[in-house]
Amino acid sequence: MGLEAKLTKDGFITTTLDAVIAWSRKNSVWPMPMGISCCAIEMIAAADPKYDIARFGSEVMRFSPRQSDLMIVAGTVTYKMAHVVRRIYDQMPDPKWVIAMGACTSSGGMYRSYNVVQGIDQFLPVDVYTAGCPPRPENLLNALMAIQEKIGKSKARDYQDIPLEKIIK
Amino acid sequence: MKKEINISNDEKLLKALMSQAADITIDDALENDMIINMGPQHPATHGVLRVVLRLDGEKVISSVPELGYLHRGYEKMAENMSYIEFIPHTDRLDYTATMCNNVAYVLAVEKLIGIEAPKRAQYIRMIIAELSRIAAHMVAIGTFAMDVGAVTMVMWTFRERETIQNIFDRVAGARFTTSYTRIGGVASDIDDVSLKMIKDFLDQFAAALDEMARLLNSNKIFLDRLDGVGVLSKEEAIAHGVTGPSLRASGVEYDVRRAKPYLFYNEMDFNIPTYTEGDCLARYHLRAEEVKESVKILYQCLEKIPAGEIIANEPKKVLAHKTEIYSKMEELIHDFMIINQGINPPVGDVFFSAENPKGELGFYMVSNGTGYPWKLKIRSPSASNLQVLPILCKGCMVSDVVAIIGSLDPVMGEADK
Amino acid sequence: MKEIILQKINAQIPGAVIESVEFRNDLSITVKRENLLKAAQILYSDPELQFDMCKDVTAIDWAKRKERFTVVYQVYSFKNNFELRIKVNLEESDLSIESLTSVWKSANWYERETFDMYGINFKNHPDLRRFYMPEEFEYYPLRKDFPLLGIPGSLPLPEHEK
Repeated sequence: MGLEAKLTKDGFITTTLDAVIAWSRKNSVWPMPMGISCCAIEMIAAADPKYDIARFGSEVMRFSPRQSDLMIVAGTVTYKMAHVVRRIYDQMPDPKWVIAMGACTSSGGMYRSYNVVQGIDQFLPVDVYTAGCPPRPENLLNALMAIQEKIGKSKARDYQDIPLEKIIK
Repeated sequence: MKKEINISNDEKLLKALMSQAADITIDDALENDMIINMGPQHPATHGVLRVVLRLDGEKVISSVPELGYLHRGYEKMAENMSYIEFIPHTDRLDYTATMCNNVAYVLAVEKLIGIEAPKRAQYIRMIIAELSRIAAHMVAIGTFAMDVGAVTMVMWTFRERETIQNIFDRVAGARFTTSYTRIGGVASDIDDVSLKMIKDFLDQFAAALDEMARLLNSNKIFLDRLDGVGVLSKEEAIAHGVTGPSLRASGVEYDVRRAKPYLFYNEMDFNIPTYTEGDCLARYHLRAEEVKESVKILYQCLEKIPAGEIIANEPKKVLAHKTEIYSKMEELIHDFMIINQGINPPVGDVFFSAENPKGELGFYMVSNGTGYPWKLKIRSPSASNLQVLPILCKGCMVSDVVAIIGSLDPVMGEADK
Repeated sequence: MKEIILQKINAQIPGAVIESVEFRNDLSITVKRENLLKAAQILYSDPELQFDMCKDVTAIDWAKRKERFTVVYQVYSFKNNFELRIKVNLEESDLSIESLTSVWKSANWYERETFDMYGINFKNHPDLRRFYMPEEFEYYPLRKDFPLLGIPGSLPLPEHEK
């Protein structure tokens, strides 16, 4: 009633396929919360009624990697856990993005010890890093908005040169 | 030079799993059992806990929990930093009740040095510890109900937790990992606006608790799911070193705040709820009642809190206030010595334990006279409580394992140190 | 309380307690290695003492002493509301000690943790595996000669494409 009258004159909208797909993808990012330690509690707090991540489209926090497109790694990753995180990442279907939440995932955080991986970008491609120990939920929402911006700029041709073996795992 | 190590080698774990129930024979039609991995990444394992289950259909024959996916090396790090520098690390131990860990640690260090914080600081510590206890039980009850199926609870309990975190934000500067306590007192004073915020929160909290209780307590599905599941007997609980709500739900009336009172708990009037059934439902009800007892303690603290200093007057052991360091010579020298050389406690070892929401958190410190501890052992309640998991899971269904883990309420940051 | 404990232990195994120290209201007794199991059984089963919960087992690495390690047991009695620390000194050449899982079941996991972190072998332990570190890890992290930052290459990262 309102939108059609505003946007169209004759009942047609012109856009590119890329823009429409990117718009729909970025407004329904389903995160997979890889909640490992303290940042996980702040991630749950980002989903509670005060900071409501659902209004950004992340209505469901799917714990299954096959049904999600964003992995929020929240918590300190140790060497033992790194194998698990990589395995879960490999199980996610393309296109997928990663938020490194907190200081521990960005660079090892305050743990400079024998069992902590100093930054998950040693074995995962990360899109957005979030600072904080733990980051406030507003910070996580800011990271989510940055991912949405990044998705909004993506084009179909970014995914065309990927060989079939890499897409089907 | 070094051989390639396979980090996921499970041989010994599987051997332990199979040897646990060596007397069981399967005479099912299929005649074999299934080994299933309830892996570190799981919506219901409360963190990164791996449980390997051996199943006969849906029933669990034996189970072996595996820890260590969050082992960050706290004890080794503690040997390489001073006592004051370790305070932010204690926040991340039981990360649902951050203030409680801070309080327990500084009390242990004060026991080692032999000083005592002033009365107002002790009351402030009691207030924040009890608020933390309420916050931790809110997470525990919320996630436990969510695991069992009542997803609304996590939203309601986190709403209450947000109010508490607002209070912490005002008192300590950070909403979650606060590092608010210092050796000899607390970092900054608590003002009247914060005290009023706490009182307002407590006044509306009883109604919120009532609402939550009405949602769950007579819900048939909730009761059927939890009644009689995971029964822990009194002897097993004591033999396996279980402490905290899980011990009190099995009939042992042991609370460190009563047995070895610290802060000013011996002047507070509160009950210790105890149940005798020892199943998941008893543990849930116990946590709800403990929240009500904490509210009682908080009301009394708010009435009785005295005016006074918030940090002890021991120049060689306690950091002075920043304004004094910048303006007076002796405080500057003491600050320099304390930061560079440490607080140098006497040679010896102490064990101090406090009642955390998860159980009894203990610190065993060995000092050799220098500013760094020679050894710091964290006696974590979650690791001790998890020891009883294989016994509770024996003979129940897979979904009962989820309910049992939720009711034991482990926090892996603490269990793995 | 200290006198009762020492008297009960000395009555059955004289000379087992090497020293006893009271520091900041904590009592710790040092026991000889070969008498540890018997002393633990006395502490557990005697009707006046009844130390029924073992709260913690750990070890201290003294790095430069002749008896390099000390194994520490923290036990508690509900009846008397009393905590006791039992210490046993070990030399590096013979790093094994009798396991107390037959007396206190909670010692099972604590001894596994001590084995993982220090390499102390507990004889007759039902299931002595590593506790925190992966099974094939070759070192003992909490010993004083293991560096804080670890040994490069001792823990592999997962396979990944660059």
